[in-house]
Amino acid sequence: MSIIQIIFLLLSVMAVGSALMMITSKNPVNSVLWLIVVFFAISGHYILLNAQFLAIVNIIVYAGAIMVLFLFVVMLMNLNAETEPIKNRRLQLIGVTSGGALMLIIVSAISKIDVEQLVQINAGDSGLIKVLGMNLFKNYVLPFEISSVLFLSAMIGAVVIGKKEEIDIKK
Amino acid sequence: MDIKAYIILSLVLFTIGIIGVLVRRNAIIIFMCVELMLNAVNLLLVAFSKMHAMSSAAKASTNFASDAQIFVFFIMVVAAAEVSVGLAIIVMMYRNVHTIDVNFLNRLKN
Repeated sequence: MSIIQIIFLLLSVMAVGSALMMITSKNPVNSVLWLIVVFFAISGHYILLNAQFLAIVNIIVYAGAIMVLFLFVVMLMNLNAETEPIKNRRLQLIGVTSGGALMLIIVSAISKIDVEQLVQINAGDSGLIKVLGMNLFKNYVLPFEISSVLFLSAMIGAVVIGKKEEIDIKK
Repeated sequence: MDIKAYIILSLVLFTIGIIGVLVRRNAIIIFMCVELMLNAVNLLLVAFSKMHAMSSAAKASTNFASDAQIFVFFIMVVAAAEVSVGLAIIVMMYRNVHTIDVNFLNRLKN
């Protein structure tokens, strides 16, 4: 067993275990923190695949910006284990059974096929910032600019949805 | 590393996300499970791009192999925009019904 396989197994166990802790913990704040651990494990996988740009962007955008936004909303609403909605045991059992059945079916289907494709680990320059930047600003410059319009509309949408409707009350 | 290991890892993470959406009643946790599913798909896309980088067609130009990673980058961009609007909707829902239990959102039912 090589060192690459050991690191892969460690990161996988970390990601799956933290994801399980996320959906089972009662307190929403703990769920948010476990999801941050999952994102760090996935960033570790990106570094193992030599996709350095995506690893850094994953940490900055997901673990940094998005999860802080989640944590902010959870703390704004003052959610804790006591305010957690009451769950139906039977529906929980049905959910876990159907999800597990889906996973079993796809895993068994995948283990039947005999592809021996290898993944390039810790080598190759397709994930470096230089190559990705050149590709992004040469071939994909139009989607990049359109995404700025998407961000503008998302910002306006969040403000419009989030503000109180005082105009309707005055009428 | 075999590609099958990455497929199974992403599949397990994606299924945990699905189970979370089915089991939890808290709207914010359901939203976080959607983010987990997006990340599982991103991991699979990067693994496939690095698998493709081993092929002879991709060795001619490095741009060819980095297209999938540009795609993952745009998925992250769209996810960031989606989270800002989605959390605004959840805050508005909390303001109207004073709970984030999705079972109370049944006004369209009858």
